[in-house]
Amino acid sequence: MAQTTSGRGGSGGDWLRDALPRLVLSPSFAIVLIFVYGFILFTFVLSFTDSRILPSFGFVGWENYQKLFGLRAWGIAVKNLAIFGSLYIVICCAIGLLLAILLDQKIRAEGFIRTIYLYPMALSFIVTGTAWKWFLDPGIGLQAVVRSWGWESFTFDWIKNSEMAIYTIVIAAVWQTSGFVMAMFLAGLRGIDTEMMKAAQIDGASTFALYRRIVIPQLRPAFMSAFVVLAHMAIKSYDLVIALTGGGPGTATELPATFMYSYTFTRNQMGIGAASAVIMLMTIAAIMVPFIYSELREKK
Amino acid sequence: MATDLSAEASAAAIKPVRQAPPSGSHGSSQVIRTGGAARIVIYLILALFCLYYLLPLYIMVVNSLKPLSEITAGGMMALPRDWTLSPWASAWSTAQIGVAATGLRPFFLNSILMVVPAVAISTVLGAMNGYVLTKWRFRGDTWVFGLLLFACFIPFQMVLIPMARMLGLVGLAGTVPGLIFVHLVYGIGFSTLYFRNYYQQFPTELVRAAQIDGAGFFTIFRRIMLPSSGPIAVVCVIWQFTNIWNDFLFGASFSDFDSQPMTVALNNLVQSSTGVKEYNVHFAGAIMAALPTLLVYIVAGRYFVRGLMAGSVKG
Repeated sequence: MAQTTSGRGGSGGDWLRDALPRLVLSPSFAIVLIFVYGFILFTFVLSFTDSRILPSFGFVGWENYQKLFGLRAWGIAVKNLAIFGSLYIVICCAIGLLLAILLDQKIRAEGFIRTIYLYPMALSFIVTGTAWKWFLDPGIGLQAVVRSWGWESFTFDWIKNSEMAIYTIVIAAVWQTSGFVMAMFLAGLRGIDTEMMKAAQIDGASTFALYRRIVIPQLRPAFMSAFVVLAHMAIKSYDLVIALTGGGPGTATELPATFMYSYTFTRNQMGIGAASAVIMLMTIAAIMVPFIYSELREKK
Repeated sequence: MATDLSAEASAAAIKPVRQAPPSGSHGSSQVIRTGGAARIVIYLILALFCLYYLLPLYIMVVNSLKPLSEITAGGMMALPRDWTLSPWASAWSTAQIGVAATGLRPFFLNSILMVVPAVAISTVLGAMNGYVLTKWRFRGDTWVFGLLLFACFIPFQMVLIPMARMLGLVGLAGTVPGLIFVHLVYGIGFSTLYFRNYYQQFPTELVRAAQIDGAGFFTIFRRIMLPSSGPIAVVCVIWQFTNIWNDFLFGASFSDFDSQPMTVALNNLVQSSTGVKEYNVHFAGAIMAALPTLLVYIVAGRYFVRGLMAGSVKG
């Protein structure tokens, strides 16, 4: 290798010059190769072993996956993710789109309002979780406040109610992210082709029809990115659940991410934990790979 | 966040636009005229949503400034009757965190010690990587970039077990340097993405011309690329700072009591089951954990938004 290059370039300096860019890139690439892809492979292998407290390499085939899908706790976590994920995505998109359309009507102080809508994105989910945890707490929060105002029978105890607790996660998560979705849609609205709208308006289309028929269809790319971003965040949701409900009451708000953590590190079922992580990765990959692939192709 | 690799959108994200998302006379608003009554309704709805987004912040601030008895008496929404700073003092230096009554101060310092090197190193590496991937292209570079990119989006649950083992083996488990390393590793993907998309817009002819004049790899980077990298460096630093400061999963997985970052300590403070729940102290602590990133957002908001958008929006 060195021979052919020095034969071509004539000196070691040339070889170095040719290889320098790749040398500069290689530490980062090596780090990612080992600590991302190597580790993914490691966890993948673990998911087929009998690992408990520590990794061990007695292979058990698909047993962990069979156990995983037989576990009631996993069933609850997946069902919760389905409820949380779909509501989270739909409500964020609805609020985001509404606010973006309203903000796009030449609003005074638009920049100021945008700043208010977006600041939750700068906060940690632990902070968000803490604020909402106590605000939703029936003993001191909203319920207690309304009762102290004189409505004695007012009840809002979702966070303590195993049927409803998952919706409190939706409330807090939507609060945190919907402003960001608004910004994505607003950027989309600002890039819309106005010629078609003018034509439709001359034809006498109502504002509502204008938005439904012409504007919103043109926002498809913004919807796509919003979906990818939100789905990805929903699947990875961990901090917010820990801070808001701790997975409770009971296991009512467990998600796959909290399931993985507790099975791996507190219940010492590392094999099953690894299997659940693999399922999470597969789900995210199913969403992200086509997206990344299409973006990388488009550029060429 | 998702990514955007298309040239137009990254151009929108990196050109010195005054506002992000860009506001201008183009777009749908140009066509639609809304009447007086409709405008009042629009402003009303927008104002209501302002209240909704500000509500938790209001609750955190007012309740961190009142005695506990006012909160437990059903006065969470009211302004304090007896204004007091003692919840702040307690949260900062005497509150019970886990087993010790240290307050949040040592953990605030941990977070700073963790964030500064992790952000600095990942940004520098990202700049170098972006430079190589756009101006010194080689066979297979798209693949290299694709692999770096996908690494941004993996669920970290997938690396927790081996990382815990590895940190234990090299003696970094439960230390701040261990956390720095972890954040560095998983921050490279995004910093590379930012700089690569930015440098892609940079005229390659300038680089070629400098090369013909005999400038080397590092000279070109220092003299030609770096002087114009200010905006993207700010975006990248803010992004990394916000993400690493706000991280909980890695902090909870890989730190000991002494090396906990702020988010983990705050969670321990709030979740502690011993003694009376001091809600006012919890709120003061939550604001402390939020302040650094909030300040960054207020001071450099448009770079923050630009980073979010560059990470996710399709033009």
